Amino acid sequence: MSAPLLETRGLTRRYGGLTAVEGVDFSLPQGQIHALIGPNGAGKSTFVSMVSGRIPESAGRVLFEGRDITALPAHRRIRAGMAYTFQITAVYGRLTLAQNIALALRSRDRARILAALARVGLEERAEQTCGDLSYGHQRLLEIAMGVAQAPRLLILDEPTQGLAESEIEGFNGLIRSLAGETTILLIEHNMNVVMALAERITVLETGRVLASGSPEEIRANAAVQEAYLGSA
Amino acid sequence: MDFGPHLLLAVLEGAVGASVLALTALGLSLVFGVMRVVNVAHGEFFMLGAVVAWFVADTLAGHPAVGFVGALLIAPLVAGAVAMAVDRLVLKQVHYDPEATIVGTIGILYILQQTALMTYGPEARPVEPPFSHRIALPWFEWTEEGFEMFYPWGLSITSYKLFVIAAAVLILLTFWAILSRSRYGLLMRATQLDRETALAFGIPVGRVYSLVFGLGAGLAALAAVLIVPIQQAHYLMAGEPLLLSFIVVIIGGLGSVRGTVVAALLIGMSDGIISVFLSPTLSKILATLLVALVLVFRPQGLFGTKAA
Amino acid sequence: MSPGARSLALHGGLIALLFALGFLLPAYHQGNLARIMVLATYAVGYNVLFGYTGLLSLGHAMFFAAGMYGLGLPMQHLGISALPAFGLGLLSAALLSTLVAFLALRTIGVAFMIVTLMFSQAGFLTILYFGTWTRGDEGFVIAQASRSLAGVDLTQPLARYMAALVLFSVALLLTARMMRAGFGQVLIGVRENEERTRMLGYDVFRHKLAAVIVSGTLSGAAGAAYALLFGYVGATFASVQYSIFPLLWVLLGGAGTTIGPLVGVIFMFYLIDWSSGLTNAYMLVAGLALVLLTLFARAGLMGEVRRRWLPWLP
Repeated sequence: MSAPLLETRGLTRRYGGLTAVEGVDFSLPQGQIHALIGPNGAGKSTFVSMVSGRIPESAGRVLFEGRDITALPAHRRIRAGMAYTFQITAVYGRLTLAQNIALALRSRDRARILAALARVGLEERAEQTCGDLSYGHQRLLEIAMGVAQAPRLLILDEPTQGLAESEIEGFNGLIRSLAGETTILLIEHNMNVVMALAERITVLETGRVLASGSPEEIRANAAVQEAYLGSA
Repeated sequence: MDFGPHLLLAVLEGAVGASVLALTALGLSLVFGVMRVVNVAHGEFFMLGAVVAWFVADTLAGHPAVGFVGALLIAPLVAGAVAMAVDRLVLKQVHYDPEATIVGTIGILYILQQTALMTYGPEARPVEPPFSHRIALPWFEWTEEGFEMFYPWGLSITSYKLFVIAAAVLILLTFWAILSRSRYGLLMRATQLDRETALAFGIPVGRVYSLVFGLGAGLAALAAVLIVPIQQAHYLMAGEPLLLSFIVVIIGGLGSVRGTVVAALLIGMSDGIISVFLSPTLSKILATLLVALVLVFRPQGLFGTKAA
Repeated sequence: MSPGARSLALHGGLIALLFALGFLLPAYHQGNLARIMVLATYAVGYNVLFGYTGLLSLGHAMFFAAGMYGLGLPMQHLGISALPAFGLGLLSAALLSTLVAFLALRTIGVAFMIVTLMFSQAGFLTILYFGTWTRGDEGFVIAQASRSLAGVDLTQPLARYMAALVLFSVALLLTARMMRAGFGQVLIGVRENEERTRMLGYDVFRHKLAAVIVSGTLSGAAGAAYALLFGYVGATFASVQYSIFPLLWVLLGGAGTTIGPLVGVIFMFYLIDWSSGLTNAYMLVAGLALVLLTLFARAGLMGEVRRRWLPWLP
């Protein structure tokens, strides 16, 4: 098989005296669904923010499709085939759903916009103002915007937070339908979602990789249980 | 006059300007530090102080000192009251949104300026200083006999100008004492540091804001009363103090009291000295470009901390 | 009706109406409307940056003046004719916008406002400093004889009106088209949520840069046209007042709408016209308008219309 889609080597982020992410080596093969879990403050969001270019790294390198993209600004990394959804929903509240998708698609083709919305079941609300939607629906819209970009790598930061059970079912179905063509890196606290979707799991704790492996391996890992899973 | 005495004169005149500038800029800096808003109408409160001073002096017949003392008391109070009204009627209503505050205070600027035009008129009018004695200043020269002291023609200052400098220093020290020692100062500093926590502690943030806004305007008006016997009162006089205050606050660091005073000294003195040697227009061009470039390349000014 | 057709109908209809008014209005109002249309072009330019991109500049007078002096000085001192002078005016404004953009776009929010204000003030003072050529505050008049374009004497009221109409129509249609296309949508995205726009793969800085240059050049076009059509060049047009005016016009008419700027100019023009008959303190009206708008109607006239009744209004 070819080189991994995404690779980080010694990726580090320091804020003054505090080290949020410490020397993380990470490898993500093409087409995999990979979950990033860990306690709050473990550095998960910081890590994916550095991968996407949202925040600069203090040290280390990021490789995408074999190319070193460490020096590339965020918008160029997105163009190279990444998509990123925020932990706190960031959609255009005052614009319509159609306008939101249009910006993600970089096209105003009506058919494509409706198709993109249909993947999360929101096609009937295309002309509604985004801010009028429930939080859950706004979350789904953001996911739809990520998917609409047809990325090589889709980064999802706690995508199911705020979603109702039925919506989570729909989400799982959507992610499974993408498996193979899109590589997925998701941060999740909902262990049911993680176990249902993830092919491999990496556990972060205080900025370092604690463990990495298949769901069964992680579930059986004593250190992980102690640090994080507990009664999950 | 030779270069030496000429320079000394420029320095003294600059000191007068710097004193008044320090007070005016302090008002602007205080408002930004505590409330995080930019009051574009700040210069108009300065003008208001000057105009009210003229009205008071004109009304209170008798020795100019009576009118002056009256103005010192009344003008800042009037300016403060108007400012508090602006805070309650406009600023609070837009929840101190930075952009809305700037646009709103631009409107207030025009309202105050044009009202002055309608009531006070377009002329510049002088106010008599409470006292004014010409004091000749000595200059020293090294000759064959040793140090010789003499009084160059034209090297003099008035007692009133010395008073302005002294008064400004006194007011600044009093203000610093209040800010760092008194309960009111503590309330202001607490609100500046963390509005949310201040609210949680039961500090009436809304009222603190009104008082601070009023205080800022009052300081500007006070500075104007001090300068108006030297410089006449005119409805368009706000432009220069506003520009200079902006320069001082930006270079000294928005919200830093110490920075404001140091920058005022720097700017006031150099403005005084430079305009003796360069054309005033050119020195103003350089000053405005300086402010812009400082904001572009060093937004925290000289003393401020980087904004979160 | 498709959005494209609707937009054409609205804007085309407006232009047709203005065309007709050129023949129907009495001389006084025809002259006013010609002036209004040139100033509305300035407002349209300002709206691109403020209304659509969300960047509040307090220094646009420097771009207006760049166009005005860029045309006026060559015509006056070098005897250059109208058309190439207009080109020089546009070029001056474009160059200045580019320079200012590279510096000012390093700041955001309040700092951006102050930086643009300061650059503009420096520009105003520079015009005064070089008074020998610019005649400073007093300004200078451009000879009637040279104010003709392609054989048409622009000092004739009807020709002048139509020239103003052409200018405004081009500006209006250009911005309408630009804002409906992808570029405009991205600017709106930058305004609404800059971080989200960046993370959708858009080069935010390049878009802001383009917005400043388009905005500045349109403003310069208005300035150059003003000098050419009304024959006067003066430092007042570079002063702070002429930076506040477009903000006021756009806020009043409706920021982020295409016809808002024109509505704002018409309203303010006649309001000031009326109040200067009453008092010499007519800017009081501008002050009151700004305060009332800030408090009660941030969306402006067309903005409110769009919000309440016509959501499709471009």
